[in-house]
Amino acid sequence: MKFTWFHLMPWPHMPDDFRQKHRSVWVDLPSKMYEPERGHGIYHQYLDQLEFAESVGFDGIGVNEHHANAYGLMPSPNIMAATLTRRTSKAALVVLGNSIALYNPPLRVAEEFAMLDVLSGGRLVAGFPVGTSMDTNYAYGTVPALTREKYAEAHDLIRKAWAADEPFAFNGRYTKLRYVNCWPKPIQRPAPPIFIPGGGSVETYDFCLDNTYSYSYLSYSGYLRAKLLMEGYWKRVAERKADESPYRAGFAQVICVADTDAEAERLYGPHVNYFYNRCLHVYPGFADAPGYRTIKTIQTGALSQFTQAAARDYPNMTWKDLVDGRYIIAGSPETVRQQMEELIKSLRVGNVFCLLHIGDMPDDKVRHSTRLFAEKVMPHLRNLWPDWNNHDDRFWIHPMNERVSLKVAAE
Amino acid sequence: MKSRFLAFKPSGTRVQVVEAGKGRDLLYLHGAGGHMPNDPLIAALATRYRVVAPLLPGYGQSTGEDGLRDMLDVTLHALDVLEALDLKKPIVVGHSMGGMIAAEMAAIARTEVTKLCLLAPAGLWLDDHPVADIFSKLPYELPGLLFHDGEAGGKLLTPGGNMDDPEFLKEFLVMNARRLGMAGKLLFPIPDRGLAQRLHRVSAKTLVVWGREDVLIPPVYGDAFKRAISKSKLVRIAKAGHAVGQEKPAAVLKAIKDFF
Repeated sequence: MKFTWFHLMPWPHMPDDFRQKHRSVWVDLPSKMYEPERGHGIYHQYLDQLEFAESVGFDGIGVNEHHANAYGLMPSPNIMAATLTRRTSKAALVVLGNSIALYNPPLRVAEEFAMLDVLSGGRLVAGFPVGTSMDTNYAYGTVPALTREKYAEAHDLIRKAWAADEPFAFNGRYTKLRYVNCWPKPIQRPAPPIFIPGGGSVETYDFCLDNTYSYSYLSYSGYLRAKLLMEGYWKRVAERKADESPYRAGFAQVICVADTDAEAERLYGPHVNYFYNRCLHVYPGFADAPGYRTIKTIQTGALSQFTQAAARDYPNMTWKDLVDGRYIIAGSPETVRQQMEELIKSLRVGNVFCLLHIGDMPDDKVRHSTRLFAEKVMPHLRNLWPDWNNHDDRFWIHPMNERVSLKVAAE
Repeated sequence: MKSRFLAFKPSGTRVQVVEAGKGRDLLYLHGAGGHMPNDPLIAALATRYRVVAPLLPGYGQSTGEDGLRDMLDVTLHALDVLEALDLKKPIVVGHSMGGMIAAEMAAIARTEVTKLCLLAPAGLWLDDHPVADIFSKLPYELPGLLFHDGEAGGKLLTPGGNMDDPEFLKEFLVMNARRLGMAGKLLFPIPDRGLAQRLHRVSAKTLVVWGREDVLIPPVYGDAFKRAISKSKLVRIAKAGHAVGQEKPAAVLKAIKDFF
């Protein structure tokens, strides 16, 4: 198993009447709510937490890209990952990822990911999301029905740029470059391991299988509701006669660990509430621009903005509802261990993206929960895929052998 | 109203054409919402004209939308359709997105479009008067955006099905994604594809019609179109919103009849 400690980096100071006062945490939330001087401390606290996660034994530390929102304050995850390259030395840097259709030219992603891979000594996991509709269409203006074509072309360019040893011309529909010449190149050849966040479209399953990429399902509704989708993925894997390495798949999970189940509710309840009711408060009109999802995906029943909004009733869900419905995995180390094992086995995932910072959780609680998970849960989950020796070379990093030791000037 | 189909090579594009009425030829290009059920404007125009109303790929039974990515693709497609229909000096009428397409056709093919009627056309952008974002609207918000009388307008829009029925909902979502997915190529995120720099080329005799209560594309845009097109007249219709032709079909018919 590979455990990645994942940070969303939310804004933790949304007011109590946030839902009443604002229709959306994304796209049109006034930026006057953001306080830069407070933001200074928050960014550094969040980065410290990622570094702490490495020190207690997580395999990876993760960041991602979002725009115009208070849910996740990383318009550029690469800046965050760059700081982490200098103060960590073992963990994979899981950038999940760069919304490649948004970069102009997308060669920028090939360059910056190569920089991160070189800086980190070959520890980059490169994520290529399409991006949410809020980010890609509403905040960054990509035409919804052209988003996927643009994404596919960007992917093609990035892979070619990494593979080529000589300059070449790229005549795409969206990007035309007479001289593609990627300096620097990544350490990991032919490319860092690539993870694709997906939401249930068959096209994405095939894309992952065609390219040997790991499929990552990022959902906040927990593993019980994810089962149907992941079964669809594994069915496709079987149809394509690919091997069933669990490392072909990953899942994101909100996790809270305390000494007892009751203590977990007391410690983390308010922050879980903040996350589900403020961080996820997205206006349905921004969730799914018409044309963003393919017709085929809609026909296969992947959730639309209307059905998603209707299906979830977070404001009225109690801690018990969230725990019993396995939206979150929360409780004593033993409770969490049991449910994590069930998650990992039932979804058949080799990667778990652990969300242990939740909403407006203060630093001491984040570290408490993280430490308990690392010390009392993770060791018991290490050996769940013995047939695969708990590792799959195709879907994990290959760091260089001898890294330079850093001399940090301030010390 | 009856439908026939045109096929285009080599693209394989198939275009559904709705026809109604007798008289002089009138080409009608619909807006981003497509034709309304028993479209009141088409019905009114058909009392005097032979209305020929092709559906843009992505709408109704017209296909081939994947091959249309930008304004030039769509303009040339519309000119191909006009040629295939073999109409006699038609009045080219376009509503909203259809007006934007009609204006582009007239700017590019001056000899083929000599009589032009723009009903609350899209295509321009004024910073002080932003056009509403139709793409982020939920279905229940649309009547108020399209009609002066939202309640009466809502009844015209009703798709005739139960949104709580998952199968109907899926059908509706597919239809919505096809239509607005296509419209987004011209209108998302800002409905400006450079028409302002081409409008001076329009030499057609042009009637611009605007609902005085249009909250989607405010009436001030009517003045901008009038200023930019030399042989043009602007008619404002009272108590009408953006779907001016569907809300006040008789008044729009009269304006067209009087002008051409």
